Amino acid sequence: MTATTLSYGSHDPDAPNVHDASDNYLTHGQGLRSWLTTTDHKRIGVMYLISVLTAFFLGGVFALLIRTELLGPGRTIMDADTYNQMFTLHGAVMIFLFIIPGMPAIFGNFVLPIMLGAKDVAFPRLNLASWYFYIAGSVFALLAIALGGVDTGWTFYTPYSTQFGGQVIPIVFGVFILGFSSIFTGINFIVTIHRLRPQGMGWFRMPLFLWAIYATSIIQVLATPVLAITLLLLIAERTFGVGIFDPAMGGDPVLFQHFFWFYSHPAVYIMILPAMGVMSEVISVFCRKHIFGYRFIAYSSIAIAVIGFFVWGHHMFTTQSAVANVIFSALTFAVAIPSAIKVFNWLATMYKGSISLDTPMCYALSFIGLFAIGGMTGLFLGSLGTDIHLHDTYFVVAHFHYVMMGGTVTMFIAALHYWWPKMFGRMYSERWGRFACLLIFIGFNATFFPMFVMGSQGMPRRYYNYMEQFKAFHHSATGGSYFLAVGFVIMAVYLLHSLFRGRPAPANPWGGATFEWRCSSPPPHHNFDEPPSVGDCYDFSNLVYDKQVGGYVLKTPDGAGDSEAGR
Amino acid sequence: MTELLGQLPLAAGEGSFWMPPKGSTVALDVDRVFYFIFWTSAFFFLLIVGLAVFFVIRYRRREGVEPGETAHHNLALELTWSGIPLILVFVMFYMGMKAMINIETPPSRAYEILVTAQRWSWLFTYPNGYVDKDLHVPLDVPVRLTMRSEDVIHSFYVPSFRLKKDIVPGKYTKTWFCATKPGRHVVFCAEYCGTQHSDMLADVVVHPAGEFEKWLADASNFADKLPPAEAGKRLYEVRGCMQCHSIDGKAGIGPSFKGVFGKKHAMTNGDMVLVDENYIRESIMEPQAKVTAGYDPVMPTYKGRLKDAEITAIIEYIKTLAEPEK
Amino acid sequence: MSDSDSQRDRDASHQVPPRPPHLAHHFATSKQQFKSGKLGMWIFLATEILLFGGLFCAYAVYRSNHPEIFAYAHAYLDKTLGGVNTVVLICSSLTMAWAVRCAQRDQQRGLVVLLALTILFAFGFMGIKVVEYEHKWKHGLLPGERYRPQGLDDTPESSAETTAAAASKPASTTAASRPATSRAAGTFEERSRIAPAPRGPAGLADDAPDAKPRRPEVRNVHIFFGVYFLMTGLHGLHVLGGIVAIAWILLRARKGHFSSAYFTPVDLVGLYWHLVDMIWIFLFPLLYLIH
Repeated sequence: MTATTLSYGSHDPDAPNVHDASDNYLTHGQGLRSWLTTTDHKRIGVMYLISVLTAFFLGGVFALLIRTELLGPGRTIMDADTYNQMFTLHGAVMIFLFIIPGMPAIFGNFVLPIMLGAKDVAFPRLNLASWYFYIAGSVFALLAIALGGVDTGWTFYTPYSTQFGGQVIPIVFGVFILGFSSIFTGINFIVTIHRLRPQGMGWFRMPLFLWAIYATSIIQVLATPVLAITLLLLIAERTFGVGIFDPAMGGDPVLFQHFFWFYSHPAVYIMILPAMGVMSEVISVFCRKHIFGYRFIAYSSIAIAVIGFFVWGHHMFTTQSAVANVIFSALTFAVAIPSAIKVFNWLATMYKGSISLDTPMCYALSFIGLFAIGGMTGLFLGSLGTDIHLHDTYFVVAHFHYVMMGGTVTMFIAALHYWWPKMFGRMYSERWGRFACLLIFIGFNATFFPMFVMGSQGMPRRYYNYMEQFKAFHHSATGGSYFLAVGFVIMAVYLLHSLFRGRPAPANPWGGATFEWRCSSPPPHHNFDEPPSVGDCYDFSNLVYDKQVGGYVLKTPDGAGDSEAGR
Repeated sequence: MTELLGQLPLAAGEGSFWMPPKGSTVALDVDRVFYFIFWTSAFFFLLIVGLAVFFVIRYRRREGVEPGETAHHNLALELTWSGIPLILVFVMFYMGMKAMINIETPPSRAYEILVTAQRWSWLFTYPNGYVDKDLHVPLDVPVRLTMRSEDVIHSFYVPSFRLKKDIVPGKYTKTWFCATKPGRHVVFCAEYCGTQHSDMLADVVVHPAGEFEKWLADASNFADKLPPAEAGKRLYEVRGCMQCHSIDGKAGIGPSFKGVFGKKHAMTNGDMVLVDENYIRESIMEPQAKVTAGYDPVMPTYKGRLKDAEITAIIEYIKTLAEPEK
Repeated sequence: MSDSDSQRDRDASHQVPPRPPHLAHHFATSKQQFKSGKLGMWIFLATEILLFGGLFCAYAVYRSNHPEIFAYAHAYLDKTLGGVNTVVLICSSLTMAWAVRCAQRDQQRGLVVLLALTILFAFGFMGIKVVEYEHKWKHGLLPGERYRPQGLDDTPESSAETTAAAASKPASTTAASRPATSRAAGTFEERSRIAPAPRGPAGLADDAPDAKPRRPEVRNVHIFFGVYFLMTGLHGLHVLGGIVAIAWILLRARKGHFSSAYFTPVDLVGLYWHLVDMIWIFLFPLLYLIH
């Protein structure tokens, strides 16, 4: 195999993959039209970033309105109907427009081909179509909001959603269209990983982030169609009165729940698996240590994806038979184990490492604590006796915010900061980055930890009004949410500021050994002239910090001493 | 007697930081599972976070210090920290399963009460036919509930009893409990059901030994013992009217009863209708027939649920709310 | 990627032999592109199977809970028409597969003709579907609240217009629950000859004194039609989508885009079309041939 020389430390302009960073994917082709018709996975990733963050902002506004209303029992700033719409729209927007597409569509799109040394994903035009489906679905969701809102809860349970609920059809149709975005992205990533891996990169030499994306894509592809048919049935029932979920017409409302959760439970693994993938990358790089237990982590991603399809009934413990409950409870505990394995492996990676508390690492550490709480509070909900008491209370709300926000959003932010220099060629302010991390950490716990206690004390969820004894908890939660908002605003400010005034980023600011750190920041339009040669992507021994460059460079040219095969 | 019960405090005192007071036989089981999971989780949380914090300090990046050489994997270690959690979660599963089986298995002899859930109130029908808005039960006696919903899915939740069961329309759902603590225990609806979901509350009133029967006898006879208008008032309070129709003039889900009798009111189709005995009776039996303008047609029918004499009593009560002639 | 592929790739980037026009910039070889397309299409087919799977699941749930509804109502479907449609689709799969073969062997005329034939068969299928749907519409055999059977007389299915009285046997074959009520010949509405009571006991009898026509013994027959229309409707939409896709391939074929070196789109559309056919092959017995 011909070795490819990558001695960019020498600043040799003729060396392949060394490019003047001012000729990159952002500058290649100007004007709105070039962006809207692009098939470049990097540009598509950035387009997703903008639209998804807009959705996050919208969902966040709903959240602040909810928390403000809940400052006092009874009416504070809105009536009950409006409040019920607020929590529905907060949930629907955050889940379908932010957290499910979020990490795969943004970071998967941007990073996956580069990590493989490829020029693009397998189906670039399908990739662009995915983004347009995302926009179309979002438009319908916004239409539902504009036409008067929905108040069924993001779960659309029948018969409430077939008889009442407001603008159910537009929002459900919007989610249906969003499903296509998810499916096509999943197909693209699976085929890319199967077919576009470079020479020498077997499955067990891939970065773990790609294992995570692969497992995520499998879920996207297999689960989303079931949601699609569920939503079609809901629309059919509302428009044509089909009666499939209506007991008066021989239908069964609980059938809807089975269909709905068959997708929506695996969906939560769509949310968390990419986050865990980023954890493996970030922990390893910022501890400058080979990831511990590569195979177990890789297999656990697949195990979570597979077992995750068989636990949906744990959302219905108070509705279904004892036999079904027992089976689903047992399987739910089984799916907890692979996650635990990952956490211990990450800790073992940190052992005897050389740990640097850059902003991505701060969020990764945050993740360990918050995801531990989120995951372990899931145990209370998987256990039948306790779940009957805790189901549909604030305990559940706290649990899923700890895993989704303390877990996924934390690593979304970590990924954003980790790959920000690569995507935009700029370094952000570390000081502000860590400060915002602290604010967000404090605000998050102040908001959501009291909810565990509220829930186990019996306060149900989706409650506009509440009993006096819960007031103090709600005050803490609302105060915490404002704190959170401030943290996010600060983050937006320093990130945007860095786009204009940030230090130009070197190719490898953090010392990563995966391929995206071999090309310039931002990458050139076609990523690589030639794919880098495959080595162990968790072996940092060949990287050394160069003060002049302000980042890491290779000690010896790539391929000169073929590094040890990755495990 | 009922006044005395009304003054009993919300069953409190023996609750913990996490859990409400234990009010039923299964609460003991459930709390035991809860605290087992809690302490196990607390242990592992402290272990994990403690290790992370320790590593961050001990192995922080220092100039010139390379990361240590350690193995990239260790099968024994990885199997251990897979195996131990597996055993622990199995115990949690088993304990939870046993508790649930207790919750789902009523004893053979139990006092049966029917529960009706509707948007947005609870109605409890006692074996003698009496209907109340609160659930009165005797202490230490197993009570079996047969529940149904008038409209959408509701959920019967009593935190002190650690009891929750979804009520799906179109079928009967059963559950049971045995109350061990006298006093009032709040009942919530725990499945979102619309505008007043968070106001759909009731109380379980647990009567000490011997007093339940007295209460039931007393309460059931109110229609006989009371003049029709007062009986009507009681019906208004316990049969689900109060939740939607005020008596102080404030519009709720339904129009207020204050000053409504004997006057003409506009309906949604524009007709002016006199609110007399016939109109009230029709609205109770066929509420969608003539809906007052400005209100939604959401009232459930009471056909088959109110006796003739009861309807008469309600009409008499509404008459007493009419404004005096000027 | 095999060694020779990667070698060819490196040669390609250094020596500039012309890349074939169909080879996208991010693929190294045509083979890699073809295999990627194939894998992608198979995954897409898996998603379609899961989509229909939900409906098959609903079918299974309702049929196991209410076998009498399915046994009773399926007789309103015309087996002959359904059978013809099955044959039509199978023929269309044949012509489609043959078309792929033609593309593989550079037989341009054959390719175009067979694609056109496939579209013709597809239209035939949709045409028969229209006839069937029209019949259901005319006789009020619609899902849910719209189920109001009318204009069906007593003679069991004999022609395109399946006829049956609502209160008596629609088909003589099965012995599922048949109401034993007497019926006046040729009429649909049945009226009780007992004078209605002024008021029934509370909560029991039907409301108004004017009797509604007696329903047949089998209740909620509309469930069958809900399932029928949802399944055949979704399938029909996929057939229409397939017609569009094949038409697009046909246009490209006429422009000479395909050859033995590059026939991937034909192959992939063919795969999709075979799935559409296969789904019908499951639908047909489940809906039409219930025993």
